[in-house]
Amino acid sequence: MSNNQLNPNLWVDKYSDYLFNFTIVRVNDSEIAKDLISETFLAGLKSKDNFKGEATERTWLISILKRKIIDHYRKINSNKGKAEVRITYSDEESEGDWLEERVSDPFDKNAEDLILNSELGTAIYNCLDNLNEKHALIFKMKTIDNFDTEAICKEFDISASNLWVIIHRARKAMADCLNKNWF
Amino acid sequence: MKCEEAGHVCDKSQYKEASFWEKVKLNIHLLYCSVCRKYTKNNAQLSEILIKSDIKTMPLNDKKDLKEKIHQEMSK
Repeated sequence: MSNNQLNPNLWVDKYSDYLFNFTIVRVNDSEIAKDLISETFLAGLKSKDNFKGEATERTWLISILKRKIIDHYRKINSNKGKAEVRITYSDEESEGDWLEERVSDPFDKNAEDLILNSELGTAIYNCLDNLNEKHALIFKMKTIDNFDTEAICKEFDISASNLWVIIHRARKAMADCLNKNWF
Repeated sequence: MKCEEAGHVCDKSQYKEASFWEKVKLNIHLLYCSVCRKYTKNNAQLSEILIKSDIKTMPLNDKKDLKEKIHQEMSK
């Protein structure tokens, strides 16, 4: 069962969006996300002889990326390891208030939302996998990146009506797929 | 309006590219066509979920950088 092969030339086209989405919900900074993915690809290239073909290329890259993300967490945590803990309450009566304030912090993004979003993002990318590669690319550019119809037509050398046919098919397939796998 | 055109206008309106009259014609079509009503509902739901997911793609420039990096590394 070792029919999976690596093809690094296609990594960026095939996986960069998926990996980027995976990373950005976890590190929340596009520069850092880009660096981590870059490191992931380079690490993948270095250890490509270790790839046994048992997992898919994408699963294998994700497993490398996860380690990179954990390393990143460790790094930022050791930086702030000596961070100050500021408790400004002076009298005993209000001592416990800081805890409550933290609990009700409205700026703290709801963890459940975050998990839900990351799972939804994964579901969407899994459905995109079922589309023809070019159609998926066009659908993403039009729908997620909000490129102009004209710009996309130019990039792929297709007519506007061609583009809308592709979009129509893609939307149908995506709705079907998400209906099956998400709702 | 035929179903094919209705579907097309519905797609365009997901990207706010349908004109006012196209939308009026679509809505009239939807009054009597349950197939297109279903498609319109699914299509709107898809748009909604894509927005809700806040899904991200890697910026094009970053992709170009990465491709170059991989290419360089491979030709070492």
